[in-house]
Amino acid sequence: MLNSVLVANRGEIARRVIGTARRLGIRTVAVYSEADAALPFVAEADEAVLIGPAPPARSYLDSAAVLAAARQTGAGAVHPGYGFLAENPRFARQVLAEGLTWVGPPPEAIEAMGDKISARNLMAAAGVPVAAGSAEPVSSPDAAAAEAARIGYPVMVKAAAGGGGIGMSAVSDPAGLRAAFETARTRAERFFGDPAILLERCISPARHVEVQILGLSDGEVVALGERDCSVQRRHQKVAEETPSPGVGPVLRERMLAAAVRAGTAVGYRGAGTVECLVDTVADDFVFLEMNTRLQVEHPVTELVTGIDLVEQQFRIASGEPVSFPAAVRPHGHALELRVYAEDPVRFMPSPGTITGWREPAGPGIRVDAGYAAGNQVTPFYDPLLAKLCVHGRDRGEALARARAAVAAFEITGLRTNLPFHADLLASEEFTSGDYDTAIVARLRPGPRPAHN
Amino acid sequence: MAEVRAEMVANVWKIVVAEGVDVADGDTLVILESMKMEIPVLAEGAGTLTRLHVAEGDVVQEGDLIAIIE
Repeated sequence: MLNSVLVANRGEIARRVIGTARRLGIRTVAVYSEADAALPFVAEADEAVLIGPAPPARSYLDSAAVLAAARQTGAGAVHPGYGFLAENPRFARQVLAEGLTWVGPPPEAIEAMGDKISARNLMAAAGVPVAAGSAEPVSSPDAAAAEAARIGYPVMVKAAAGGGGIGMSAVSDPAGLRAAFETARTRAERFFGDPAILLERCISPARHVEVQILGLSDGEVVALGERDCSVQRRHQKVAEETPSPGVGPVLRERMLAAAVRAGTAVGYRGAGTVECLVDTVADDFVFLEMNTRLQVEHPVTELVTGIDLVEQQFRIASGEPVSFPAAVRPHGHALELRVYAEDPVRFMPSPGTITGWREPAGPGIRVDAGYAAGNQVTPFYDPLLAKLCVHGRDRGEALARARAAVAAFEITGLRTNLPFHADLLASEEFTSGDYDTAIVARLRPGPRPAHN
Repeated sequence: MAEVRAEMVANVWKIVVAEGVDVADGDTLVILESMKMEIPVLAEGAGTLTRLHVAEGDVVQEGDLIAIIE
């Protein structure tokens, strides 16, 4: 097993990785920006290194500063969490070149899946279903119009190097295509430094369902069930659950098998997630993208399987076998509610100072929090304050526990989306299980002037 | 005269309209960025943008003056 690990991340995920490392006796090193000095993850690590000012480009995205902190503290491994440098193959190679253990997949696998166009082509060749779409980058509005006509409206316009829904939009007819293409290209350039755009047939209504995979040390790839992530605002997830109420046993088996093929095709090692869109009318699915890292919503899988995914990441990175039986059977039902610092109606950011913080507790309740009372929530990072995770023997029990936990979670000093979660859990649509990716728009109709 | 103020703590990402330019109701004046989200700041009424109080890269607090339209 590893002796020490530097966690190249912040907030709740840094804290969560540090927690498992400590339990396994691995020495932990946190890195932090000037804005984050007072956050719990900094205090909970064995050592912490200030790596720069608040803007991510000058701290958490500064690979030289992160590597310097690893050298300075003698850390033997780097865990990237999610976001920031987690899916940057150049950074993974730099870590390996320093003689450190990279707690993540091989850089080649990150690269193969990092570009949505090459990933689509690779998956199609591996026998994983993909939606009709671009086999190469679309580089002009005219080319986009021709491509959309070939695929058939409605289409999704996306940044090939993108993520987090940034620059992505659905277009229902030729009139809206030019603007969507220009917006996507501007954002792709700005956020990802790569203007490549792809078009894909838009599936609607759809559920967003993903499969957790683990590539083991011996090369075998296993699937640990699915997560339904259809509750989204601005193409970003707000709540997740497992098992998916919209996936039956036959479809589940096909999706899990396809996810194993996807991981095998790129020689995957460690924890990864194969994201799919489920066509609720046709009861079929297509590959969307693969996230080559630990996923934000990994706790729901942990709750139903009893597996600590971060522990397995450490084991696989050390070349050791995993610590769970091959025939792991999920039990019960789990939900995750992302608690964001944002107003609960328009979902606009609400940075500020947390004056009070009281977490719910009780059977089946797990809270992964990045903040505590007295902390400042700054505009520099994403709005995730905490993940409220709930486990029950069945979906009904999980929902009841979630409602009580949301009501008991007290955060004061800034606005949070907890009232939205209360509405979601009370809604007929969510409670029935028969919902799709448009559920938030139905619960919160009205104009959305801003975009990400 | 209308004062345009920041609705939340944010970074000034982009100045869209320069001082001295005429704007229409609903025009985007400045784009803020907070928590990985772009937030356009719009003109609430037509007029001339006489004074711009922020520059790209600035951090604004809730209630800070961004611009004056006359």
